Amino acid sequence: MSKKLVPVLVVLLIVASLIAGCAQSNTGATSGKIKVFGAYATPIEEPWDGVIHQALNAAKEAGTIDYTYTENIGYSGDMERILREVADQQKPDVIMGDAFGNEEAVRRVAKDYPNIAFVFGSGLGPADPNFSVFDNWIQEPAYLSGMLAAGMSKSATIGVVGGYPVPEVNRLVNAFIAGAKSVNPNTKVLVSFINSWFDPAAAKEAALAQIDAGADVLYAERFGVIDAAKEKGLLAIGNMSDQNSLAPDTVITSPVWDMTATVAYVIAQVKAGAYTSMDLKDFSMMAKGGATLAPFHNLESAIPADLLATVTQRQNDIKSGLFRVDVDEAQPQAVN
Amino acid sequence: MDTFIVGLIAATLRVATPLIFGTLGELFCERAGILNLGIEGTMFFGAFTGFAVAASTGSLWLGLLAAILSGILAGLLMSLFAVKLGVNQHVSGLGITLLLTALSLYSFRLIFGESSVNPSIEGFQQLSIFSSSPILGPIFSQYLLTYIAIALIPLVGWVIYRTNFGLQIRAVGENPEATDAAGLNVIRLRTLALAIGGGLMALGGAFLSIAQLGSFTFGIISGRGWVCIALIIFANWQPIKVLWGSLLFGGVSALQLRLQGLGLDMPYEVFLTLPYIVTIIALTLGGRNAQAPAAMLKPYRRE
Repeated sequence: MSKKLVPVLVVLLIVASLIAGCAQSNTGATSGKIKVFGAYATPIEEPWDGVIHQALNAAKEAGTIDYTYTENIGYSGDMERILREVADQQKPDVIMGDAFGNEEAVRRVAKDYPNIAFVFGSGLGPADPNFSVFDNWIQEPAYLSGMLAAGMSKSATIGVVGGYPVPEVNRLVNAFIAGAKSVNPNTKVLVSFINSWFDPAAAKEAALAQIDAGADVLYAERFGVIDAAKEKGLLAIGNMSDQNSLAPDTVITSPVWDMTATVAYVIAQVKAGAYTSMDLKDFSMMAKGGATLAPFHNLESAIPADLLATVTQRQNDIKSGLFRVDVDEAQPQAVN
Repeated sequence: MDTFIVGLIAATLRVATPLIFGTLGELFCERAGILNLGIEGTMFFGAFTGFAVAASTGSLWLGLLAAILSGILAGLLMSLFAVKLGVNQHVSGLGITLLLTALSLYSFRLIFGESSVNPSIEGFQQLSIFSSSPILGPIFSQYLLTYIAIALIPLVGWVIYRTNFGLQIRAVGENPEATDAAGLNVIRLRTLALAIGGGLMALGGAFLSIAQLGSFTFGIISGRGWVCIALIIFANWQPIKVLWGSLLFGGVSALQLRLQGLGLDMPYEVFLTLPYIVTIIALTLGGRNAQAPAAMLKPYRRE
């Protein structure tokens, strides 16, 4: 009896894990709305994909789009299959998602469905006729954060803990360093990489190491760093979203990426029948509201008035186009 | 220099803690003849359950207890497949890791919803033992679970080598036929070992979520379970060597993060590979005479 049970139970186990792993929300409401499908390689709790998901979800709740998504697709070949299935069966107007690690697969599918707008987060360029790219171009608020960090540091030593030294991370770190140096050229900026996108315990250890090396304000490019600063009673700067609620007495501000402007633009173009492939970079920058510096919350009073004035002035200059933050994607030094 | 070394030792103990729990858990399983590849998922499940219960009841201790229970449950599930039904141990172990990882993420979303900022709790505080000493103070300012992990090493050694139960566990891992002939219940013994092992693994996961970080995220275990699988071979299935292995790996991991902070003129990748290079060397040197329990991977069936 037990021998017959084995295959049944194994199959059940596999099915159960597949169902739980690929949670797919399917609401096939048909109306005049633009149909958008989200394709994410990671769970949507991952901050990068989370930003895209939140903007699309907000548009869905505002009633402007129909939105369904599949997450946690991974990097081992499922992306192409899922995109083709969706393109054939659901026939969405727009497919949005994250092409990092799946660049070739995504572009192959886009070519075969020229009537669907493919809008993907990518480190590479757009492709005619229908493949547009975007990315987290939040180096401007990262620069402003660097100004704040250097201005608030008592030891003139600040730190950054990053994932991998890839262009998307490097340009934030370099802008942060440039911002810090603009306030105090003698500021020492420590940079560590943990070689993982998500290992908060390792990120926390890296942060604690920087604290032992004298850093007293930390830029938490990765999750886990804020916790180290909180534990030691120091200050931190979040990343990607406003992370003040994680530690209200620790997190001064965060460079925030907001995909709302990108989503609104793409939807408007598709609706007007005017969509073409393009690099949507500008919609992820400060001038168009795609990047912001999070509010200072209850730490505003802790920021010296002249520093606050300098940062606010610089922020206005960036928004009005008077000041340009250089995009430097070279790998930063460990000590700057 | 003093701060560097003191900080390094303190970090080593922190990094080693989940590895000690996980490897001791695996030790129980493998000593009883079961390779438990469910370890990565069990640690993840423990991290999740611990956090979820602590967050919803407000009691860290209840969270810890729930984590242990969740690990025991994971061990029992492994036992159902690998012991009772005699399924291939690689397949059932990996299946359990997949199941528990997905189940944890799914339940996490059911309970906490989708928010842009991860929910967090105030985790366990560190306990200072020699708070007045400038050197011992920072080193022995650790989470309670770290002290427990270290205290478990001699305790597990005593159980495995000095108690009747330990003898039975070892016997069932070396020669289940003889153990059965001696009138002992092989299935029951292996199930017990898996349950204890699962509980320990889950504790290692809960250390990360409710002591070290105060939050649960995907990627919280990040392969630490697989490191334990390597460490148990390094340790030659002996509890005391589990301590050395965990401290060695933890030490080199902590060292590389601290060397990056020193700003030596070297590519950071050199530091990042250190723990793995050391592990490979240690495994090659220490693993040469390693002797796995003889009945490991073989499901036991009474003929």
